[in-house]
Amino acid sequence: MWIKSGLIPLLISYLVALILMVMPMPVFLEAWRPDWLSLVILYWVIALPHRVGIGSVLILGLVADILMGTVFGIYATALLVMAYPAIRHFQRIRNYSFTQQSVIVALLILVKRVIVYELEHILNDAVFNLAYLYPVISSAIAWPWVFLILRKYRRHYLVRE
Amino acid sequence: MKSLFERGPSLLTRLVLALLCAATLMFLDHRLNTMQPVRSFLSTLVTPVQYLAVLPEQTLDRLVYLSTTRSMLREQNEALRQELQELQMAVQRLNFLENENARLRQLLGSDVRQASRRMAAEIVAVATDPFSHQVVINKGSANGVYEGQPVLDNRGVLGQISSVGRTTARVLLISDQSHSLALRAERNDIRVLARGTGDLQRLELLYIPHSTELEVGDKLMSSGLGGVFPEGYPVAEVIEVNRDERYQYARVTARPYAQLDRIRTVLLLWPPSAIEQPVFDDIVVDEHVD
Repeated sequence: MWIKSGLIPLLISYLVALILMVMPMPVFLEAWRPDWLSLVILYWVIALPHRVGIGSVLILGLVADILMGTVFGIYATALLVMAYPAIRHFQRIRNYSFTQQSVIVALLILVKRVIVYELEHILNDAVFNLAYLYPVISSAIAWPWVFLILRKYRRHYLVRE
Repeated sequence: MKSLFERGPSLLTRLVLALLCAATLMFLDHRLNTMQPVRSFLSTLVTPVQYLAVLPEQTLDRLVYLSTTRSMLREQNEALRQELQELQMAVQRLNFLENENARLRQLLGSDVRQASRRMAAEIVAVATDPFSHQVVINKGSANGVYEGQPVLDNRGVLGQISSVGRTTARVLLISDQSHSLALRAERNDIRVLARGTGDLQRLELLYIPHSTELEVGDKLMSSGLGGVFPEGYPVAEVIEVNRDERYQYARVTARPYAQLDRIRTVLLLWPPSAIEQPVFDDIVVDEHVD
């Protein structure tokens, strides 16, 4: 009874997001790579807020830290702070139009990126460059498609609360 | 929102607990450096993700290879043969010079330079975060890779190994903001310190006086002073010298020779002083026999 239906499809969606996060890409696209992991996390916490919660986000954040080679906890902290408002207001966000949702997603990802930058700045003296915020825009553009694809995926594989 | 049958601590409590957990890990990792064994174990664990990440690219390459025509292959073969011939001629001359150099150094009473051992490795993943320029390669402690090992590509110095898993290792590129290395200008032996800027095409030279003799186009080689990179490998070319007196030092920028933005294959170097030994995979040896 501990393993609910649709665990494997859920894990596969995380895996795909992580793979897309580290996949080598052509240089001119590199700066615009959407923040796949954040998008997938945001979708699941809005769709299944009682199943994908703080714990899952923490673990995914730590895995992201290992994959990106950053100090442990940087991505975890940023993703947690990003996911919290989404979990808190999932009912409201579900009822927004795609445009409104995209704006919210852009804001949340902006917050996430600023936190990552601030922590890197404090710990490793990182210097800011504007290109780091381009993915905020590309993620907002990608959101409606991610939403539709994952909704279809969720319904097809019966991933439930 | 509060569900009627919500169990356990409230959302905010859970968030605070998770954040505390992350903060503790951050402290342990950054301040106390106690996470290194855990990190290399976990790196080994996430290796499949990194291999899956390069799979589409490899499949595409394979398809491109399969669709090349016979005449194209023949042309390529011809070009490669020519290149090989030219390189062989250059190597002949190099061998002669190396011997001569060793003899002259013996006469002078200084140490004879020993050859480094090397191994080719492939990139399996990139870290896209502009605050950390890193790539992951497909060789690890099982192949004798060690922390602080120099990594090159066919044009120049690329970076050094920053952490090692069993079958993968992480390379910190010279363009990373936290990386600096000691260089020497080939033309006039000026010693400089080059720091990464977070831009793949730019290194910044630190503490250069306004009266410097460095000029645009100067070739910078590794000086061997840091103890990590062996002496005499090309690193970067000076592309800008700004002697604006308003700044405390002259602003000099250089562009790395290594193509940091399109790395595919890298060369791991074992300097003569290294304790670790390269361990070659059997598969690699078979390929050489073919």
